[in-house]
Amino acid sequence: MTSLRNAVLIAAAAAMATPALAQTASPPPDLVDRYMSESWKSATPEWRGRLAQDQTMKDCSTYRNNPPAAVHDAIIAREKATIQYPADGKLLGDWKKGEASARDGYGLRFTDKDTARANGGNCYACHQLDPKEITFGTVGPSLVHYGKNRNYSTDDAKLAYERIFNPQSVFACSHMPRFGHNKFLTVDQIKDVLAYLMDPASPVNK
Amino acid sequence: MTKLSRPWTAFAFLAALAVVTAGLVPTWMAVHAQDDQTEKEVERYRQMLKDDPWSNPGNLWVDRGEALWDRARGPKNASLAQCDLGLGPGKVDGAYAQLPRYFADADRVMDLEARLVWCMDKLQGFDPKTLAKTAFSNRDRSSDLEALTAFVANRSNGMKFSLRLEHAKEKEAYAVGEALFYRRQGPMDFGCVTCHADDGKRIRLQQLPYFGDTKSAQEVVATWPAYRVSQETVRTMQHRMFDCYWQMRLPELDYGSDVSVALITYLTKRGEGGEINAPSLKR
Repeated sequence: MTSLRNAVLIAAAAAMATPALAQTASPPPDLVDRYMSESWKSATPEWRGRLAQDQTMKDCSTYRNNPPAAVHDAIIAREKATIQYPADGKLLGDWKKGEASARDGYGLRFTDKDTARANGGNCYACHQLDPKEITFGTVGPSLVHYGKNRNYSTDDAKLAYERIFNPQSVFACSHMPRFGHNKFLTVDQIKDVLAYLMDPASPVNK
Repeated sequence: MTKLSRPWTAFAFLAALAVVTAGLVPTWMAVHAQDDQTEKEVERYRQMLKDDPWSNPGNLWVDRGEALWDRARGPKNASLAQCDLGLGPGKVDGAYAQLPRYFADADRVMDLEARLVWCMDKLQGFDPKTLAKTAFSNRDRSSDLEALTAFVANRSNGMKFSLRLEHAKEKEAYAVGEALFYRRQGPMDFGCVTCHADDGKRIRLQQLPYFGDTKSAQEVVATWPAYRVSQETVRTMQHRMFDCYWQMRLPELDYGSDVSVALITYLTKRGEGGEINAPSLKR
């Protein structure tokens, strides 16, 4: 993975660029946590809950998104176990709703006060999808013709569902949010986004 | 005092830009909606600034900051003339280029903004909690700290960032700042590393600074504080940290907090050698 290779290069570059600092040992995690705890004093207890890390976040932080093999495998095993599939067995929802979600960055910021409004998947922040859309980010790979390139296969739809629900079940320490596991998106929303990728009628496949 | 020879041409231009931006973003915080056209216009404006540097409206903040620095204010009716920014009481020139640093009187590492709050508290008698709460201006209220930060930073223009990192607490701030850069948290699993650890990436159309590259890091840290066209005010490095954590879905980062200072220490060290140009102009 490019990002993993780059992470190694960054670490190497940092070590080379600042030899005087290369000896600075990584601070103990509890020291970093203490800094965190002291820096959001004005936040409510509910909001402060977001400062905490689960084991996967801790591992990815410690190893800078490039975990050694054993940790890597443990993350994938742990995250795979979290995946919940649609109760009705149908993976693909409504691609039009998925498209709206892909363009929407709303949700869970401290200025996002409208709790009745659904969170947006905001796929376009990082991915290219509809080839006609020119404003897309490049943090993640292009997903143009995603379904078409896979012959709209059911197996690939299932894999893609898993990658959206919990990308770290496939790529340990992926940059991508664990949308389903973190309950940022509902199962139905993930189905809609998946349809945007996998439905032959979706502009992503045109 | 800086001279503003042609401020009104600048304002006319910026007003036009603001209209473009305001059409997209209803509040000052919602600045992440991208507009390629806006970025192009800002770039054109940057070129204009090279011909006429005084047309940067950020210079108004510099002037106001200088006036605030000299004026007797606060419950103690004192100026900031005795404020020690690290080079001795009242020494402003070059101070920003060596911040953050450890201050024995406070027994902690401080960046410029944390230090300004300290001085306004100890010398002038302002309440530090109120200062922190009102540090960022909004549409209804200007901020003295934004003006003072612009003034002090501006007095290091042309100098290069150089942090000594000798004191144990300075080394700790750097090390914790580095760990914080890679720390992932929140309902989207984000950390600084999510957006700033690969070269040449962008979110929508916004190019992302890459801190693995010295030149890219230098360009970023040396150009804060900046006049933000989309927000019609000068924003500071503290605001940049606050805004990034907002996007990371964390609660509101406390102004001048240890996390903010540690991250600014790490990022500034990564961008050491960058020639300071503040306030610059940003989208």
